[in-house]
This record gives sequence, structure tokens and C-alpha cells, in this order.
Amino acid sequence: MATNGYNVIGTRPIRHDGADKVTGRAIYGADIQLTGLLYGAILRSPHPHARIIKIDTSRAEALPGVKAVATAEDLPQAADKMADLGETIVNLRDASNNVLAYGKVLYKGHAIAGVAASNLHIAQEALELIDVEYEVLPHVTWVMDAMKEDAPILHEDMKTTSLGEETDKVSNIANHFQHKIGDPDQGFADADVVVEREFTTQTVHQGYIEPHNATAMWNEEDQLTVWTSTQGAFAVREQLTEILKLPVSKVKVVPLEIGGGFGGKISVYGDPVAAILSKKTGHPVKITMGRDEVFEGTGPTPASYIKVKIGATNDGKITAATTYMAYEAGAYPGSPVGAGAGCIFSPYDIANAQIDGYDVCVNKPKTNAYRAPGATNAALAPETVIDEICEIIGMDPLEFRLKNAAKEGSRRVDGPVHPRIGCVETTEAAKNSDHYNTALEKSDNGMLRGRGVASGYWFNFNGGKSAISVSVNGDGTINMLEGSTDIGGSRASISMQLAETIGLKATDINPKIVDTDSIGYTDVTGGSRTTFGTGYAAHATGQALIHEMKARASKLWDVPADAIDYTDGVFCYKDDKEKRGTFKEIAKQAGDTGGPIVAQVSTQPDGSGGGAFATHICDVEVDPETGKVDVLRYTAVQDVGTAIHPSYVEGQIQGGVVQGIGWGLNEEYVYNDDGMMTNASFLDYRMPTTLDTPMVETILVEVPNVAHPYGVRGVGEVPIVPPPAALANAIYAATGQRIRDLPMSPPRVQAAIAKNAG
Amino acid sequence: MSKKVQVQTTINGDETDFLCEPRNSLLEVLRDNLTLTGAKEGCNNGNCGACSVILDGRLVNACCVLGVEVDGCDVQTIEGIGSPGELHPLQQKFLEHAALQCGICTPGFILSAKALLDKNPNPTEHEVRYWLAGNLCRCTGYDKIIRAVLDTAEESR
Amino acid sequence: MATIYIPSLMRDLTDGQEIILVDGKTMRQIMTNLEKAYPGFRKRLMDEDSNRIKPNIAVMLDGRNANRSLLDKVMDASEIHFLPAISGG
Repeated sequence: MATNGYNVIGTRPIRHDGADKVTGRAIYGADIQLTGLLYGAILRSPHPHARIIKIDTSRAEALPGVKAVATAEDLPQAADKMADLGETIVNLRDASNNVLAYGKVLYKGHAIAGVAASNLHIAQEALELIDVEYEVLPHVTWVMDAMKEDAPILHEDMKTTSLGEETDKVSNIANHFQHKIGDPDQGFADADVVVEREFTTQTVHQGYIEPHNATAMWNEEDQLTVWTSTQGAFAVREQLTEILKLPVSKVKVVPLEIGGGFGGKISVYGDPVAAILSKKTGHPVKITMGRDEVFEGTGPTPASYIKVKIGATNDGKITAATTYMAYEAGAYPGSPVGAGAGCIFSPYDIANAQIDGYDVCVNKPKTNAYRAPGATNAALAPETVIDEICEIIGMDPLEFRLKNAAKEGSRRVDGPVHPRIGCVETTEAAKNSDHYNTALEKSDNGMLRGRGVASGYWFNFNGGKSAISVSVNGDGTINMLEGSTDIGGSRASISMQLAETIGLKATDINPKIVDTDSIGYTDVTGGSRTTFGTGYAAHATGQALIHEMKARASKLWDVPADAIDYTDGVFCYKDDKEKRGTFKEIAKQAGDTGGPIVAQVSTQPDGSGGGAFATHICDVEVDPETGKVDVLRYTAVQDVGTAIHPSYVEGQIQGGVVQGIGWGLNEEYVYNDDGMMTNASFLDYRMPTTLDTPMVETILVEVPNVAHPYGVRGVGEVPIVPPPAALANAIYAATGQRIRDLPMSPPRVQAAIAKNAG
Repeated sequence: MSKKVQVQTTINGDETDFLCEPRNSLLEVLRDNLTLTGAKEGCNNGNCGACSVILDGRLVNACCVLGVEVDGCDVQTIEGIGSPGELHPLQQKFLEHAALQCGICTPGFILSAKALLDKNPNPTEHEVRYWLAGNLCRCTGYDKIIRAVLDTAEESR
Repeated sequence: MATIYIPSLMRDLTDGQEIILVDGKTMRQIMTNLEKAYPGFRKRLMDEDSNRIKPNIAVMLDGRNANRSLLDKVMDASEIHFLPAISGG
């Protein structure tokens, strides 16, 4: 039962798609069956950097069962043009070349050709019959190497831009920007203690359990339908229309259920290839990726080098902070270094600061968004440097954070001012938590134990376009169509907001996620915008519906509509209380009052409303002999605005925390000297299992977001920001060793301990 | 393409015959030949558990079993869990505890948890974690999954 | 007059000035007047073909994302920032 003044918001109904999901009936992208379906496979580059001299597909085409082959020659050359896909900014030429390499391959795993055959095994056999002649080029797979003068160049025509300005220098540095406020030099001069440290992080993958999939049918009238698991059907449509040069009206994208995305399922990979193969064969073509292809052929998050310098007074006031951040964009420009820069110092009110950010190309897959993209890399540095400063000046790390906390009116280093936010409330809740106030017991068998804290920030995307379409059934229940694909239970949260607005129960709403022909443009599910943005539309739709229902009631009772009240699910004429009816009663008489009752709304909130703050506390136990780190206890405190469905809010936090634990302790792409990933499987790309994590305690702090009618604040991304830093601080407390290179895997931890023991 | 082999098996209690190539995995057979798409492919090499099924009472990854190997065997998939109109207690608890977000790993977890509870109806938290360590989930962080399984065990006592 | 915060690397266009006051009732007027006072901004910030802000640049107007077509109304004490566009995941 809700205790917050709401009837539905704050309760925990069973999600509407629940039965289908627990019985295996829900249809994900790979599950779709179509008449005459063919199966596609992709040939990928074995080299990290090479010129393509020649591709000969004749032997593959001759294999019985093979129906068609496609290469970049089959794609219209996309203009060198940026497209705004709502959230992901994409250069269309780069996107097209990433789908099928043209001229050069830029990473091992770069797609070169596609084959469609009557079954997958034949398609895969055909790949081995495609003859490609390469001129192998030197490669570079580390950001700092790629920035050197003599580094192999990926794009001979790419010059560094500096927030809009192009320089004349051909370089792997795609972009350099700078943010500066105040006078950092003076700030450091005024500090009693200054700490400067360098950090590195490795390439890490979103790790969704469902590989990418796309099934395409290009029919005789040049109408293209694509069924796919995606975070954004409209984003896919946009990419397809641009890459394939098709009119929007000829492309329909049908989003099927999606098995995880985390930002990695917004860009298209197999979809255009499947489309071309379908055009050539006249059959639907399904392309699914193998797990190794997911690692090597989709978009992980950047490896990075970050240097941070922070100065503070002896009584704990930050006087200056600077950072140099270099992020790997992968094969094409566009790392989230800009986002990292907007987050790195944002939990704090700092008067003097400078951030230099670099977006750098390397011979690795083109990076893509991964849950608060750029922010996890960024937080590692200041959150551990602050820990060092606290130790030097003898101050509690949460006290320090409170003393410097960003508040409403604090200016971020990149410029904008924080509106009403929950930074202080979150930090205080962490300070008052049971975890923080329970002493960590020492180990009785030689293990080393320690506790660490860290904070984090993510903007949240308080905007974007969402559309909702509702129709009222004769029994007063509502069919709700929306375009936000559901990766974590959002259809329930959106239904709950509609139900709350209309005064019905969550079970009275029947939500459906529909294709791009059936609903107005809706931006991607991501950026922590869905419960906020599509919920915003649900609220507006509910109000439109009430307006329409009042008009119907006015007809029934022959009274003016504006004299009708609607409270607690009942319409009532102000001047005669006898004239009343429930929502269901009015709905039942729709036929007599004008026909079907429908409403359709599209909204685009203006992006105001603050970001999300989190403070995490973790206790670890380190085995000094092996370097293995066990997480004994973890508490994540976060400002969630208003928790619509608390179970799914907790779930978002717990999921993000565990991803962060994996990032901090084990996950990395291991590259050899030949520029190739050596651990492209779940066996060796080691994500957390049930044995690797404790229960994750969540403390939901509710500071309502003023920009939303129900106070919703996006929750999905910030949970992944603090964990690596919290773990680093805990490992220091346990072992006395500061490890500044992620992941803090057993070999690294053990080496650090051993180096200092001897 | 080599000659297909005829396989006779029992799937979810039904006698089922199918033809498959020797190279087809049980996972392929279930999904492509028999349209039982509840078992999912996450990695195709036995590391994620999304294709978990119960073979002659034993929990296995269907991607690591060949179709031809199940001749004369008994296979249980997610489609055979629960009864008409009624969810299995595990399925019900998963929903109540919100132990799924995207749901792709859920069929695998339910099969694995069922195999555990069939063997050990009173597991500790550690035993549950140990048993389920072969199933990867990227969305939930496992907390609510473990709670759902423990709650199912407790209620059945 | 609206207050425009000039990104560090564009201050070569404003002789090093960090904060500029510009007149205008809409973002479009602001950009036109900015270009008049300090030529060079148009080329760095705007996409020629579409006459909109380049997609890899975000414009924050009073703490919210401004429309890329520059249709937003601007108040007297409005604050404008240009940032690298960010995306979520």
C-alpha cells in the first residue's frame, strides 16, 4: 500500500508482461519465425588495421544453400553527416562503414560481408569461402599510444576538432574540449594539501545476455520491415533510412522483447545487412550474433587514461580541481568523454577547476553507450583522490563530501547550474545508514578487510520525445500503446503513472509496446529517461482522457463539462451530487455519447530537472596470497525522485552496482601484441556470478524532481558510477595499497600487496 | 550437409520425434526444429546458462548437448514448468520479488532453481548462490533472484 | 541581454572573454547577434545545411536543453552554455 499520498505510485504490482517472461513465451528478437526465413552470417576482419584490396565472394555464392552475399558496395555511400538520434549522436558515414567496412578495416571483428543461406551452418561455412585480400597496417590499441606523434593513423582525413573548431592536424585525436571556471592555479596555491594521481581503465562491455539480432524483410514494393531487439525502434528506423537511403514511410521497425541493452542496443549492426540480403533474396533474413561477435563487433565502453589533481584546505574545503581525461572512441570518433567531463566533479561545489577532455580513435570496436557512459571512468579518479586527502587531513570521507556537496545553485565545471538536487540528502542518508554505523569486524583467518565509500553523479536525460495512445474499453479498462521498449519493467511504471492520473488500478491498464507505424515518435529507452519521459506523456494522456470523459459525462447528464469534478475515480456534477458515475460506468456508455473514447498525446519535456546522485559504501575482504577480493557488504544510497515501482527502482540500483563491481574487480578486454582481444567469451570476460556478490542493500532517498508531475527522477544509470572507486577505497583500507588501474583483479591486487610486503 | 538422424525423445512429458543433423545442438533443435524458444542462446559455449534444461533429471546447458544425444531421454524445458493456467511456485515468486528485468535469463534460472529445489528443498543462501553460479544475469545483480528462490523453498515447507 | 558562457577553446573568437552579453528574444536572434559581434561562431556551432546547431553540440538554456532549431524564447537574464552533446545508455 502506498504511504506517500498516492494510490498506485509506490506500490509493487506484478508487471504486466510477467507471465510471458517467466514461462518463456515472450518473443525476443531471435525467437521470431517467419515464412521462408533465411539465416545470415557476417564475415569479420581478422586484422586490427588493414586496407581492403579485394573481396571475392564467388566461391561463397556457389555453395549450395547460399542465396545472397552483401558487401559495402551494396550500401549507398552515407554522407559524412551527423544525425541526431535523440540521444546517440551518430556520424552516418561512420555508422555505415561500421556496418560493412569500406576501404579499410579498423578493428579485429569489423564486419566486411554478409551471407544469407537456408540455414545458419551453411551461412557460416560460406564465410570461409569469401576471399579477402588485405594490406595489413600497423595498429594501435591504447589511447596514450594513439595520441603520440608517430602513432598509426586510423582516418587519414580526420583532424582534431575543438568544440566546433577544426584544426589542421591529422591525428587520431578526434576532439579536444576544455571547461574552465575560476582560477585553478590560485586555488592550488591556496590549498594546504594537493594530491595528483593518474588512473587507467580498460575496455569493458555492457554484457547483456541476449546477443544482437535483426530480421529484415524487403518486399517487392521496397517496403522494409525489421524485427529486432532494440532500445529504440525509432532510432533504428532513422539509422536504416539514412544508411539505406529509404524514405521513412517505407521503413517499419517492430521492436520485440529485448534481453538487456544498457546503451549498447541503440546503434544498428546486422539490421542493414539483413535488409540488403533480404532485398537480394526476396526472403526475410535473420542475423543473430554469436557471443564472440558481440564482444568484438559491437560497442563496448572506452578504456581511458585520467589524471586528476585536487587541492583542499586542512579543514576539508576543496579549493581547486583539474583533470586531463583521454578516452578511447574505438574505430570511429564519439567516445563519451564529454559526458565524463560533465560528471567528474559534479557532486561538488568547486570554484576553481579545469577539465581537458580528449576523444581518441584506436583500433578497437567503435565504443557505444554503457550505462552512464563516461561517468564510471571519470568517478574513479576524484573519488579516490578525495579518499587520500581525507586521510591526510584526518577527516571522515562522508563529512568531507557533505562539506563540499553540490546544492541547488552550484555551478558544474562545464557550466550549467544544478537545480533542486538530492546530493546532500543522499550523502547524509549514507552517513546515517546502518552499514556506515556498523563497525566492520576483523577477519579471524588472516584475510584483510576494509571499508570504502564513493559518490557519483549522472545528468539523466530529462527530456526526449514520447508518445502515448490510449483507448478505453467498454469495461473501463484502458489499452495503452507506447513506443518505449521495456528493458527493465518500464511498461509497469508507465502504466502505474497513467493509472494514478486517471484514478484506476495498475491492473486496469493494458500496456503494449508497438512498432514505428503505430505510435508517434518516441526516443530511446535509455539515458534514465523512460520512466520520466514516457511517464510524463502518460500523465498528460491521463489528463486528456479525463477531459474527454468529462465531455461524455456532460452529454449523459446534460450539464456543462466544466462543472464536472473528477475525484477518486468518480465523476460528479458540482451542483447536483446525484449526477455521478464511476470511470467504468461512463466508459460503458461510450457508444451513446459519441463513440469510442480515445486520446493521444506526445510530449517533449524541456530537460530541466536535476541529475541523480549516489553514495555507495562497501566492505571487502582481500586474500593477501591470491589478491582475490570478496565483497562482504554493499549499500547503495541514491536520490530516486519518486519511486514509482520501488521493486524495479531497487532492481535498477542493484543491477548497476553489480555491473560496477564487475568493472572494478574483473572485467576487461585483454589485448595481445597483435591488437586482438584474447578473451572474447563469458568464460574469460569475467562478469559477476551469484557467488561474486552479496545482497545489495538499497536506500532510496526521495527528493522529488520538480520537472515531473510525480517527481520522477531517472534512476537507471548512476548506480554504476561509484562502485569501482568505492572498491578501490575499500581495498586500500584493507591492504594499505592504492590501486589506480582497473580492473583490480587478483593478479594486480596480489602484485601490489607483494611489492610492498617485500 | 550430412544426412539427418531420427531422434526419439520425451519432451515435457510428450513423446517427440525429430530429425536433425549430427552437428545440431539440443538448443538448436529445441528452438529451430521444435519451436520451443523458451531456452535462449546467450553464448553457445556453456558459460551463461540461458539455455538450461533438465535432461534425465540432470541440469545441463542445451548448447553443450547434441540433438542426437537425447535419443531415448527425457527433456524438461521452461515450457514444461507449471501447469495450464497456473504458474509454478518459482515462477510466481520470481514475479512477486521482481527477480527479472529484461527476462532473457529467467527461463534458465527457473530451470536451474527447480533442479536445485528438487534435490535440496532446504538450501542455505550460499547453497543457492553456489548452485546458480552457472546462470548469468546482467540486469538484476542477483539479489532478488536469490530471495525469490529462498522464499519458494521456505513456502513449500 | 542574455548571458553566454563561451567555451574555453572558443575564446579566441572573443579575445579571451569568458562571458558575453548578447541581445535577442529567441535563440535564433541570439546566434545572429553573437555572430555579428564576434564573427566565427556560426561556422563552429552551426550546421550549414540545416541551419541548426551541430548535432554533436548541446545548447543549455537556463538549465534545459535548447531546441536545435533555435526556436526557444530567451529571457532577459537567460543563461546559455554550449557543451559537447552527451548521450545516455
